[in-house]
Amino acid sequence: MLAYAFMRHAFAASAVVALIAGPVGYFLVLRGQTFAGHALSHVGFTGATGGVLAGISPFFGMVAATLLAGLGMGAFGARLAERDVAIGMVLAFALALGMLFLHFFTAYATAATALLFGNVLAVDTATVWLLLALGLGSIAALAVISRPLLLASLQPELAEAKGVSLRLYAVLFMAIVAIVTAECAEIVGVLLVFTLMVGPAAAASRLTRHVLSGVALAAALALAEAWGGLSLAFYTDWPSSFSITLLSTLVYLAAAALASR
Amino acid sequence: MKTLEFQDVTLTLGRRTVLAGVDLVIDAGEFIGVLGANGAGKTTLMRAALGLLTPSGGRIRVFGEQPRRGNPLIGYVPQHQSLPAGLRLSGFDIIAGVVAGHRLGLPWLSRAGREEVSWALEKVGAADLARRPLGALSGGERQRLLLAQALIGRPRLLLLDEPLISLDPRHQQGMVDLIRALQKELGFTALFSAHEINPLLGAIDRVLYLGGGKAALGPVDAVITPVVLSRLYGTPIEVVHLNNRIFVLAGNTDLEAQPHLHEHHGAPAGHA
Repeated sequence: MLAYAFMRHAFAASAVVALIAGPVGYFLVLRGQTFAGHALSHVGFTGATGGVLAGISPFFGMVAATLLAGLGMGAFGARLAERDVAIGMVLAFALALGMLFLHFFTAYATAATALLFGNVLAVDTATVWLLLALGLGSIAALAVISRPLLLASLQPELAEAKGVSLRLYAVLFMAIVAIVTAECAEIVGVLLVFTLMVGPAAAASRLTRHVLSGVALAAALALAEAWGGLSLAFYTDWPSSFSITLLSTLVYLAAAALASR
Repeated sequence: MKTLEFQDVTLTLGRRTVLAGVDLVIDAGEFIGVLGANGAGKTTLMRAALGLLTPSGGRIRVFGEQPRRGNPLIGYVPQHQSLPAGLRLSGFDIIAGVVAGHRLGLPWLSRAGREEVSWALEKVGAADLARRPLGALSGGERQRLLLAQALIGRPRLLLLDEPLISLDPRHQQGMVDLIRALQKELGFTALFSAHEINPLLGAIDRVLYLGGGKAALGPVDAVITPVVLSRLYGTPIEVVHLNNRIFVLAGNTDLEAQPHLHEHHGAPAGHA
Protein backbone atom coordinates (compact mmCIF):
# COMPACT_ATOMS: atom_id res chain seq x y z
CA MET A 1 0.00 0.00 0.00
CA LEU A 2 2.99 2.31 0.39
CA ALA A 3 3.43 2.17 -3.37
CA TYR A 4 0.83 4.91 -3.58
CA ALA A 5 2.00 8.48 -2.97
CA PHE A 6 -1.27 9.43 -1.26
CA MET A 7 -0.82 6.59 1.23
CA ARG A 8 2.76 7.65 1.98
CA HIS A 9 1.53 11.19 2.57
CA ALA A 10 -1.27 9.92 4.76
CA PHE A 11 1.14 7.83 6.85
CA ALA A 12 3.55 10.72 7.22
CA ALA A 13 0.86 13.27 8.10
CA SER A 14 -0.87 11.01 10.60
CA ALA A 15 2.47 10.12 12.23
CA VAL A 16 3.28 13.79 12.74
CA VAL A 17 -0.14 14.57 14.15
CA ALA A 18 -0.39 11.45 16.32
CA LEU A 19 3.00 11.98 17.95
CA ILE A 20 1.95 15.51 18.94
CA ALA A 21 -1.69 14.83 19.78
CA GLY A 22 -0.75 12.08 22.25
CA PRO A 23 1.39 14.20 24.61
CA VAL A 24 -0.81 17.30 24.33
CA GLY A 25 -3.87 15.14 24.93
CA TYR A 26 -2.23 13.65 28.02
CA PHE A 27 -2.06 17.08 29.62
CA LEU A 28 -5.60 17.85 28.44
CA VAL A 29 -6.82 14.74 30.26
CA LEU A 30 -4.76 15.63 33.37
CA ARG A 31 -6.37 19.06 33.42
CA GLY A 32 -9.87 17.68 32.88
CA GLN A 33 -10.35 19.91 29.84
CA THR A 34 -11.14 17.33 27.21
CA PHE A 35 -14.54 18.79 26.45
CA ALA A 36 -12.94 22.19 25.88
CA GLY A 37 -10.67 20.52 23.33
CA HIS A 38 -13.70 19.07 21.59
CA ALA A 39 -15.36 22.49 21.47
CA LEU A 40 -12.21 24.02 19.96
CA SER A 41 -12.46 21.68 17.02
CA HIS A 42 -15.97 22.90 16.28
CA VAL A 43 -14.74 26.46 16.33
CA GLY A 44 -12.15 25.19 13.87
CA PHE A 45 -14.94 24.18 11.51
CA THR A 46 -16.24 27.74 11.55
CA GLY A 47 -12.73 28.99 10.91
CA ALA A 48 -12.21 26.61 8.01
CA THR A 49 -15.47 27.44 6.27
CA GLY A 50 -15.01 31.13 7.05
CA GLY A 51 -11.51 30.89 5.61
CA VAL A 52 -12.80 29.44 2.37
CA LEU A 53 -15.43 32.16 2.20
CA ALA A 54 -12.76 34.81 2.76
CA GLY A 55 -10.57 33.26 0.10
CA ILE A 56 -7.80 31.84 2.31
CA SER A 57 -6.96 28.21 2.85
CA PRO A 58 -9.37 26.34 5.15
CA PHE A 59 -6.45 25.06 7.21
CA PHE A 60 -5.24 28.56 8.03
CA GLY A 61 -8.79 29.64 8.78
CA MET A 62 -9.05 26.72 11.13
CA VAL A 63 -5.75 27.44 12.89
CA ALA A 64 -6.67 31.10 13.29
CA ALA A 65 -10.11 30.36 14.73
CA THR A 66 -8.98 27.64 17.16
CA LEU A 67 -6.04 29.73 18.30
CA LEU A 68 -8.28 32.69 19.01
CA ALA A 69 -10.85 30.56 20.81
CA GLY A 70 -8.12 28.71 22.72
CA LEU A 71 -6.56 31.93 23.92
CA GLY A 72 -10.01 33.14 24.99
CA MET A 73 -10.73 29.94 26.90
CA GLY A 74 -7.36 30.13 28.63
CA ALA A 75 -7.76 33.79 29.52
CA PHE A 76 -11.21 33.33 31.02
CA GLY A 77 -9.67 30.74 33.23
CA ALA A 78 -10.32 27.22 34.32
CA ARG A 79 -13.73 28.14 35.58
CA LEU A 80 -15.04 28.85 32.11
CA ALA A 81 -13.32 25.83 30.65
CA GLU A 82 -15.17 23.64 33.11
CA ARG A 83 -18.59 24.98 32.36
CA ASP A 84 -20.08 22.27 30.24
CA VAL A 85 -23.19 24.19 29.27
CA ALA A 86 -21.28 27.31 28.17
CA ILE A 87 -18.87 25.21 26.15
CA GLY A 88 -21.71 23.21 24.66
CA MET A 89 -23.42 26.39 23.52
CA VAL A 90 -20.22 27.75 21.97
CA LEU A 91 -19.75 24.41 20.25
CA ALA A 92 -23.27 24.36 18.81
CA PHE A 93 -23.14 27.97 17.69
CA ALA A 94 -19.72 27.52 16.07
CA LEU A 95 -20.97 24.54 14.12
CA ALA A 96 -24.09 26.43 13.04
CA LEU A 97 -22.02 29.41 11.96
CA GLY A 98 -19.78 27.09 9.97
CA MET A 99 -22.87 25.70 8.28
CA LEU A 100 -23.96 29.23 7.40
CA PHE A 101 -20.58 29.98 5.81
CA LEU A 102 -20.83 26.73 3.91
CA HIS A 103 -24.26 27.78 2.71
CA PHE A 104 -22.88 31.09 1.41
CA PHE A 105 -20.05 29.66 -0.59
CA THR A 106 -22.60 27.18 -1.96
CA ALA A 107 -20.07 24.40 -1.92
CA TYR A 108 -20.86 20.82 -2.37
CA ALA A 109 -21.36 18.39 0.42
CA THR A 110 -17.93 16.84 -0.12
CA ALA A 111 -16.18 19.97 1.13
CA ALA A 112 -18.21 19.88 4.31
CA THR A 113 -17.69 16.16 4.75
CA ALA A 114 -13.93 16.57 4.35
CA LEU A 115 -13.88 19.20 7.08
CA LEU A 116 -16.18 17.35 9.43
CA PHE A 117 -14.73 13.88 9.03
CA GLY A 118 -11.26 14.56 7.66
CA ASN A 119 -9.68 13.56 4.41
CA VAL A 120 -6.25 12.25 5.21
CA LEU A 121 -5.92 10.54 1.85
CA ALA A 122 -6.00 13.93 0.11
CA VAL A 123 -3.04 15.37 2.07
CA ASP A 124 -0.23 16.59 -0.21
CA THR A 125 3.49 17.04 0.43
CA ALA A 126 3.20 20.72 1.24
CA THR A 127 0.58 19.99 3.90
CA VAL A 128 2.79 17.33 5.47
CA TRP A 129 5.59 19.87 5.84
CA LEU A 130 3.18 22.43 7.24
CA LEU A 131 1.85 19.92 9.76
CA LEU A 132 5.42 19.03 10.72
CA ALA A 133 6.46 22.64 11.23
CA LEU A 134 3.42 23.53 13.34
CA GLY A 135 3.70 20.24 15.19
CA LEU A 136 7.35 20.73 16.08
CA GLY A 137 6.57 24.23 17.30
CA SER A 138 3.73 22.96 19.49
CA ILE A 139 5.66 20.09 20.99
CA ALA A 140 8.65 22.32 21.70
CA ALA A 141 6.39 24.84 23.43
CA LEU A 142 4.79 22.05 25.47
CA ALA A 143 8.20 20.74 26.49
CA VAL A 144 9.29 24.17 27.65
CA ILE A 145 6.24 24.78 29.83
CA SER A 146 5.64 21.17 30.91
CA ARG A 147 7.00 21.36 34.44
CA PRO A 148 5.05 24.39 35.69
CA LEU A 149 2.05 23.27 33.64
CA LEU A 150 2.08 19.93 35.43
CA LEU A 151 2.10 21.55 38.87
CA ALA A 152 -0.58 24.06 37.84
CA SER A 153 -2.74 21.22 36.50
CA LEU A 154 -2.45 18.82 39.42
CA GLN A 155 -2.25 21.18 42.41
CA PRO A 156 -3.37 24.66 41.38
CA GLU A 157 -3.47 26.14 44.92
CA LEU A 158 0.05 24.95 45.63
CA ALA A 159 1.28 26.07 42.21
CA GLU A 160 -0.01 29.58 42.86
CA ALA A 161 1.77 29.70 46.20
CA LYS A 162 4.97 28.59 44.49
CA GLY A 163 4.76 31.53 42.12
CA VAL A 164 3.27 29.76 39.08
CA SER A 165 0.78 31.96 37.23
CA LEU A 166 -2.24 29.73 36.63
CA ARG A 167 -3.68 32.03 34.00
CA LEU A 168 -0.45 32.33 32.01
CA TYR A 169 -0.08 28.58 31.72
CA ALA A 170 -3.77 28.11 30.99
CA VAL A 171 -3.49 30.52 28.07
CA LEU A 172 -0.24 29.05 26.74
CA PHE A 173 -1.55 25.54 27.01
CA MET A 174 -4.85 26.30 25.30
CA ALA A 175 -2.93 27.95 22.45
CA ILE A 176 -0.97 24.74 21.99
CA VAL A 177 -4.17 22.69 22.17
CA ALA A 178 -5.74 24.95 19.55
CA ILE A 179 -2.98 24.33 17.03
CA VAL A 180 -2.91 20.62 17.68
CA THR A 181 -6.71 20.50 17.35
CA ALA A 182 -6.46 22.03 13.89
CA GLU A 183 -3.77 19.47 13.02
CA CYS A 184 -5.92 16.58 14.20
CA ALA A 185 -8.88 17.91 12.25
CA GLU A 186 -6.77 17.65 9.11
CA ILE A 187 -6.47 13.89 9.71
CA VAL A 188 -9.76 12.77 11.25
CA GLY A 189 -11.98 15.85 10.83
CA VAL A 190 -13.35 18.28 13.37
CA LEU A 191 -16.00 15.91 14.70
CA LEU A 192 -13.49 13.19 15.52
CA VAL A 193 -10.62 15.17 17.05
CA PHE A 194 -11.30 13.28 20.31
CA THR A 195 -10.13 10.16 18.52
CA LEU A 196 -6.50 11.21 18.32
CA MET A 197 -6.20 13.77 21.07
CA VAL A 198 -8.20 12.30 23.93
CA GLY A 199 -8.62 8.57 23.24
CA PRO A 200 -4.95 7.52 23.38
CA ALA A 201 -4.14 9.98 26.18
CA ALA A 202 -7.04 8.82 28.35
CA ALA A 203 -6.03 5.19 27.81
CA ALA A 204 -2.41 6.00 28.65
CA SER A 205 -3.32 7.89 31.81
CA ARG A 206 -5.21 4.85 33.04
CA LEU A 207 -2.36 2.46 32.36
CA THR A 208 0.63 4.38 33.70
CA ARG A 209 1.67 5.76 37.06
CA HIS A 210 4.31 8.17 35.86
CA VAL A 211 4.06 11.34 33.84
CA LEU A 212 6.81 10.58 31.36
CA SER A 213 5.69 7.02 30.70
CA GLY A 214 2.13 8.34 30.32
CA VAL A 215 3.20 10.90 27.73
CA ALA A 216 5.26 8.33 25.85
CA LEU A 217 2.46 5.76 25.88
CA ALA A 218 -0.08 8.34 24.72
CA ALA A 219 2.12 9.20 21.73
CA ALA A 220 2.77 5.54 20.95
CA LEU A 221 -0.92 4.61 21.15
CA ALA A 222 -1.93 7.56 18.99
CA LEU A 223 0.62 6.55 16.37
CA ALA A 224 -0.41 2.89 16.47
CA GLU A 225 -4.08 3.80 16.16
CA ALA A 226 -3.49 6.24 13.30
CA TRP A 227 -1.31 3.86 11.28
CA GLY A 228 -3.40 0.83 12.17
CA GLY A 229 -6.52 2.72 11.15
CA LEU A 230 -4.99 3.78 7.83
CA SER A 231 -3.98 0.21 7.04
CA LEU A 232 -7.37 -1.07 8.04
CA ALA A 233 -9.01 1.52 5.81
CA PHE A 234 -6.76 0.56 2.90
CA TYR A 235 -7.64 -3.11 3.05
CA THR A 236 -11.32 -2.83 3.97
CA ASP A 237 -12.18 0.31 2.03
CA TRP A 238 -13.79 1.78 5.14
CA PRO A 239 -13.32 5.54 5.65
CA SER A 240 -9.95 6.11 7.34
CA SER A 241 -11.45 8.33 10.04
CA PHE A 242 -13.80 5.54 10.99
CA SER A 243 -11.01 2.97 11.19
CA ILE A 244 -8.83 5.22 13.35
CA THR A 245 -11.74 6.03 15.63
CA LEU A 246 -12.66 2.36 15.88
CA LEU A 247 -9.15 1.48 17.06
CA SER A 248 -9.05 4.46 19.44
CA THR A 249 -12.33 3.37 21.02
CA LEU A 250 -11.25 -0.26 21.35
CA VAL A 251 -7.92 0.71 22.92
CA TYR A 252 -9.66 3.03 25.38
CA LEU A 253 -12.16 0.34 26.39
CA ALA A 254 -9.36 -2.19 26.83
CA ALA A 255 -7.38 0.25 28.95
CA ALA A 256 -10.40 1.05 31.11
CA ALA A 257 -11.04 -2.67 31.62
CA LEU A 258 -7.39 -3.30 32.48
CA ALA A 259 -7.21 -0.38 34.89
CA SER A 260 -10.37 -1.33 36.77
CA ARG A 261 -9.18 -4.86 37.47
CA MET B 1 13.53 35.68 65.92
CA LYS B 2 10.15 36.58 64.51
CA THR B 3 8.83 34.20 61.87
CA LEU B 4 5.55 35.86 61.09
CA GLU B 5 4.41 39.32 62.01
CA PHE B 6 1.11 41.10 61.34
CA GLN B 7 0.81 44.80 62.15
CA ASP B 8 -2.68 46.24 62.04
CA VAL B 9 -3.46 44.00 59.07
CA THR B 10 -6.79 44.15 57.26
CA LEU B 11 -7.62 41.46 54.74
CA THR B 12 -10.54 41.72 52.34
CA LEU B 13 -12.00 39.33 49.80
CA GLY B 14 -14.03 41.25 47.26
CA ARG B 15 -16.12 43.56 49.42
CA ARG B 16 -16.04 41.37 52.50
CA THR B 17 -13.61 42.31 55.25
CA VAL B 18 -12.35 39.00 56.60
CA LEU B 19 -9.90 40.30 59.18
CA ALA B 20 -9.59 43.87 60.41
CA GLY B 21 -6.69 45.45 62.33
CA VAL B 22 -5.01 42.19 63.29
CA ASP B 23 -1.73 42.31 65.23
CA LEU B 24 0.25 39.20 65.92
CA VAL B 25 3.81 37.95 66.28
CA ILE B 26 4.77 34.32 65.89
CA ASP B 27 8.27 33.32 66.94
CA ALA B 28 10.57 30.78 65.36
CA GLY B 29 9.88 27.19 66.37
CA GLU B 30 6.34 27.74 67.59
CA PHE B 31 3.53 25.32 66.84
CA ILE B 32 0.38 27.41 66.47
CA GLY B 33 -3.13 26.03 66.21
CA VAL B 34 -5.28 28.31 64.02
CA LEU B 35 -8.92 28.03 64.98
CA GLY B 36 -12.17 29.69 64.10
CA ALA B 37 -15.48 28.98 62.45
CA ASN B 38 -15.86 28.44 58.76
CA GLY B 39 -15.18 31.71 56.95
CA ALA B 40 -13.37 33.24 59.93
CA GLY B 41 -10.28 33.81 57.79
CA LYS B 42 -7.95 30.87 58.46
CA THR B 43 -7.23 30.24 54.77
CA THR B 44 -7.20 33.95 53.98
CA LEU B 45 -4.57 34.57 56.66
CA MET B 46 -2.36 31.85 55.21
CA ARG B 47 -2.82 33.12 51.67
CA ALA B 48 -1.75 36.56 52.83
CA ALA B 49 1.41 35.12 54.40
CA LEU B 50 2.11 33.35 51.08
CA GLY B 51 1.84 36.61 49.18
CA LEU B 52 -1.29 35.48 47.32
CA LEU B 53 -3.39 38.23 48.84
CA THR B 54 -2.20 41.77 49.42
CA PRO B 55 -3.51 43.23 52.67
CA SER B 56 -5.80 46.21 52.19
CA GLY B 57 -4.24 47.73 55.30
CA GLY B 58 -1.31 47.27 57.65
CA ARG B 59 1.80 45.26 56.97
CA ILE B 60 2.86 41.64 57.04
CA ARG B 61 6.41 40.41 57.54
CA VAL B 62 7.56 36.84 56.92
CA PHE B 63 11.09 36.28 58.23
CA GLY B 64 11.35 40.05 58.36
CA GLU B 65 10.45 40.53 54.70
CA GLN B 66 7.39 41.34 52.68
CA PRO B 67 5.42 38.22 51.69
CA ARG B 68 6.18 37.03 48.18
CA ARG B 69 4.89 34.17 46.09
CA GLY B 70 7.24 31.25 45.75
CA ASN B 71 9.11 31.96 48.97
CA PRO B 72 11.17 28.78 49.43
CA LEU B 73 11.17 29.27 53.21
CA ILE B 74 7.46 28.42 53.36
CA GLY B 75 5.93 24.97 52.94
CA TYR B 76 2.20 24.83 52.25
CA VAL B 77 -0.50 22.18 52.37
CA PRO B 78 -3.62 23.73 50.84
CA GLN B 79 -7.05 22.70 52.00
CA HIS B 80 -9.18 20.27 50.02
CA GLN B 81 -7.21 19.23 46.98
CA SER B 82 -9.15 17.36 44.35
CA LEU B 83 -7.55 15.41 41.55
CA PRO B 84 -9.05 14.40 38.20
CA ALA B 85 -11.07 11.19 38.37
CA GLY B 86 -9.46 8.07 36.95
CA LEU B 87 -5.99 9.47 37.41
CA ARG B 88 -3.49 6.72 38.16
CA LEU B 89 -0.40 8.85 38.73
CA SER B 90 1.73 7.68 41.62
CA GLY B 91 1.93 9.76 44.76
CA PHE B 92 5.64 10.18 44.12
CA ASP B 93 5.05 11.77 40.71
CA ILE B 94 2.47 14.14 42.09
CA ILE B 95 4.39 15.39 45.09
CA ALA B 96 7.65 15.56 43.12
CA GLY B 97 5.93 18.15 40.91
CA VAL B 98 6.75 20.76 43.52
CA VAL B 99 10.50 20.38 43.05
CA ALA B 100 11.48 23.49 41.06
CA GLY B 101 7.86 23.43 39.93
CA HIS B 102 7.86 27.07 38.91
CA ARG B 103 10.80 26.67 36.53
CA LEU B 104 10.37 26.11 32.81
CA GLY B 105 11.48 22.83 31.35
CA LEU B 106 10.70 19.13 31.29
CA PRO B 107 9.59 17.51 34.55
CA TRP B 108 12.83 15.55 34.91
CA LEU B 109 14.03 15.23 38.48
CA SER B 110 17.70 15.74 39.18
CA ARG B 111 19.38 13.23 41.46
CA ALA B 112 19.35 15.85 44.23
CA GLY B 113 15.63 16.45 43.61
CA ARG B 114 14.86 12.73 43.79
CA GLU B 115 16.84 12.39 46.99
CA GLU B 116 15.01 15.35 48.52
CA VAL B 117 11.62 13.79 47.73
CA SER B 118 12.77 10.46 49.17
CA TRP B 119 14.03 12.19 52.31
CA ALA B 120 10.67 13.91 52.81
CA LEU B 121 8.77 10.66 52.24
CA GLU B 122 11.04 8.91 54.71
CA LYS B 123 10.33 11.61 57.30
CA VAL B 124 6.58 10.97 57.23
CA GLY B 125 7.02 7.20 56.82
CA ALA B 126 5.39 7.14 53.41
CA ALA B 127 8.11 5.77 51.13
CA ASP B 128 6.00 2.73 50.25
CA LEU B 129 2.75 4.66 49.91
CA ALA B 130 4.26 6.92 47.27
CA ARG B 131 4.53 4.10 44.76
CA ARG B 132 0.77 3.64 44.70
CA PRO B 133 -1.66 5.83 42.74
CA LEU B 134 -2.66 8.77 44.89
CA GLY B 135 -6.31 8.12 44.11
CA ALA B 136 -6.06 4.67 45.68
CA LEU B 137 -4.92 5.97 49.09
CA SER B 138 -7.05 6.62 52.14
CA GLY B 139 -7.55 10.16 53.40
CA GLY B 140 -4.92 9.76 56.11
CA GLU B 141 -2.34 8.27 53.75
CA ARG B 142 -2.95 11.04 51.27
CA GLN B 143 -2.50 13.73 53.91
CA ARG B 144 0.80 12.15 54.91
CA LEU B 145 2.04 12.38 51.32
CA LEU B 146 0.94 16.01 51.06
CA LEU B 147 2.73 16.72 54.32
CA ALA B 148 5.87 15.15 52.85
CA GLN B 149 5.44 17.41 49.84
CA ALA B 150 5.38 20.45 52.11
CA LEU B 151 8.66 19.34 53.69
CA ILE B 152 10.46 19.27 50.34
CA GLY B 153 13.04 22.05 50.22
CA ARG B 154 13.22 22.12 54.06
CA PRO B 155 11.06 25.19 54.70
CA ARG B 156 11.31 27.10 57.97
CA LEU B 157 7.58 27.82 58.15
CA LEU B 158 4.82 25.30 57.45
CA LEU B 159 1.29 26.45 56.69
CA LEU B 160 -1.09 23.53 57.08
CA ASP B 161 -4.64 24.35 56.08
CA GLU B 162 -7.11 21.98 57.72
CA PRO B 163 -5.00 18.84 57.36
CA LEU B 164 -7.40 16.93 59.61
CA ILE B 165 -10.45 17.39 57.45
CA SER B 166 -12.21 14.12 56.56
CA LEU B 167 -9.96 12.08 58.86
CA ASP B 168 -11.40 9.91 61.61
CA PRO B 169 -10.38 10.74 65.21
CA ARG B 170 -7.63 8.12 65.37
CA HIS B 171 -5.98 9.37 62.17
CA GLN B 172 -6.47 12.96 63.32
CA GLN B 173 -4.43 12.27 66.43
CA GLY B 174 -1.80 10.42 64.41
CA MET B 175 -1.45 13.36 62.05
CA VAL B 176 -1.10 15.90 64.88
CA ASP B 177 1.47 13.74 66.66
CA LEU B 178 3.45 13.25 63.43
CA ILE B 179 3.57 16.97 62.70
CA ARG B 180 4.52 17.77 66.28
CA ALA B 181 7.33 15.21 66.19
CA LEU B 182 8.64 16.53 62.89
CA GLN B 183 8.44 20.07 64.14
CA LYS B 184 10.49 19.17 67.23
CA GLU B 185 13.05 17.34 65.11
CA LEU B 186 13.39 19.80 62.21
CA GLY B 187 12.71 22.96 64.17
CA PHE B 188 10.33 24.66 61.75
CA THR B 189 7.49 26.96 62.76
CA ALA B 190 4.01 25.60 62.04
CA LEU B 191 0.59 27.17 61.59
CA PHE B 192 -1.96 24.40 61.71
CA SER B 193 -5.58 25.27 61.09
CA ALA B 194 -8.42 23.12 62.35
CA HIS B 195 -12.08 23.55 63.11
CA GLU B 196 -11.81 21.84 66.46
CA ILE B 197 -9.31 22.41 69.25
CA ASN B 198 -9.37 18.98 70.89
CA PRO B 199 -7.09 17.01 68.55
CA LEU B 200 -4.50 19.79 68.97
CA LEU B 201 -4.57 19.98 72.77
CA GLY B 202 -1.22 19.08 74.27
CA ALA B 203 0.56 19.51 70.93
CA ILE B 204 0.31 23.21 70.21
CA ASP B 205 2.32 25.94 71.90
CA ARG B 206 -0.26 28.66 71.38
CA VAL B 207 -3.61 29.09 69.73
CA LEU B 208 -4.63 31.75 67.22
CA TYR B 209 -8.38 32.12 67.36
CA LEU B 210 -10.13 33.99 64.56
CA GLY B 211 -13.69 35.27 64.77
CA GLY B 212 -15.73 38.33 63.96
CA GLY B 213 -12.88 39.77 61.86
CA LYS B 214 -10.58 39.79 64.88
CA ALA B 215 -7.83 37.54 66.17
CA ALA B 216 -6.70 36.41 69.62
CA LEU B 217 -3.30 34.77 70.08
CA GLY B 218 -2.06 33.12 73.25
CA PRO B 219 -1.91 29.93 75.33
CA VAL B 220 -5.01 27.75 75.07
CA ASP B 221 -6.06 28.51 78.64
CA ALA B 222 -5.84 32.25 78.03
CA VAL B 223 -7.62 32.36 74.67
CA ILE B 224 -10.30 29.70 74.79
CA THR B 225 -12.21 31.38 77.57
CA PRO B 226 -15.76 32.77 77.71
CA VAL B 227 -14.43 36.33 77.96
CA VAL B 228 -12.08 36.26 74.97
CA LEU B 229 -14.35 34.23 72.68
CA SER B 230 -17.44 36.26 73.57
CA ARG B 231 -15.52 39.37 72.60
CA LEU B 232 -14.42 37.79 69.28
CA TYR B 233 -17.84 36.57 68.32
CA GLY B 234 -19.76 39.47 69.79
CA THR B 235 -22.20 37.07 71.40
CA PRO B 236 -22.12 35.18 74.72
CA ILE B 237 -19.93 32.08 74.44
CA GLU B 238 -19.55 29.33 76.98
CA VAL B 239 -16.50 27.13 77.33
CA VAL B 240 -16.95 23.73 78.92
CA HIS B 241 -14.06 21.52 80.02
CA LEU B 242 -14.89 17.83 80.14
CA ASN B 243 -12.44 14.91 80.44
CA ASN B 244 -9.53 17.02 79.21
CA ARG B 245 -11.55 18.12 76.24
CA ILE B 246 -12.88 21.59 75.52
CA PHE B 247 -16.26 22.45 74.09
CA VAL B 248 -17.09 25.92 72.84
CA LEU B 249 -20.79 26.69 72.96
CA ALA B 250 -22.91 29.61 71.85
CA GLY B 251 -26.32 29.32 73.44
CA ASN B 252 -27.09 25.64 72.92
CA THR B 253 -24.94 25.14 69.83
CA ASP B 254 -21.51 23.57 69.86
CA LEU B 255 -19.66 26.04 67.67
CA GLU B 256 -16.89 23.71 66.72
CA ALA B 257 -18.87 20.57 66.05
CA GLN B 258 -20.04 21.41 62.55
CA PRO B 259 -17.48 19.70 60.36
CA HIS B 260 -19.97 19.36 57.48
CA LEU B 261 -19.86 23.11 57.08
CA HIS B 262 -16.20 22.93 56.24
CA GLU B 263 -16.39 20.85 53.12
CA HIS B 264 -16.16 23.17 50.15
CA HIS B 265 -16.81 21.06 47.12
CA GLY B 266 -15.50 22.85 44.08
CA ALA B 267 -15.43 26.13 45.93
CA PRO B 268 -13.62 28.92 44.10
CA ALA B 269 -10.20 29.99 45.24
CA GLY B 270 -11.62 32.77 47.36
CA HIS B 271 -12.79 30.73 50.30
CA ALA B 272 -11.74 32.03 53.66
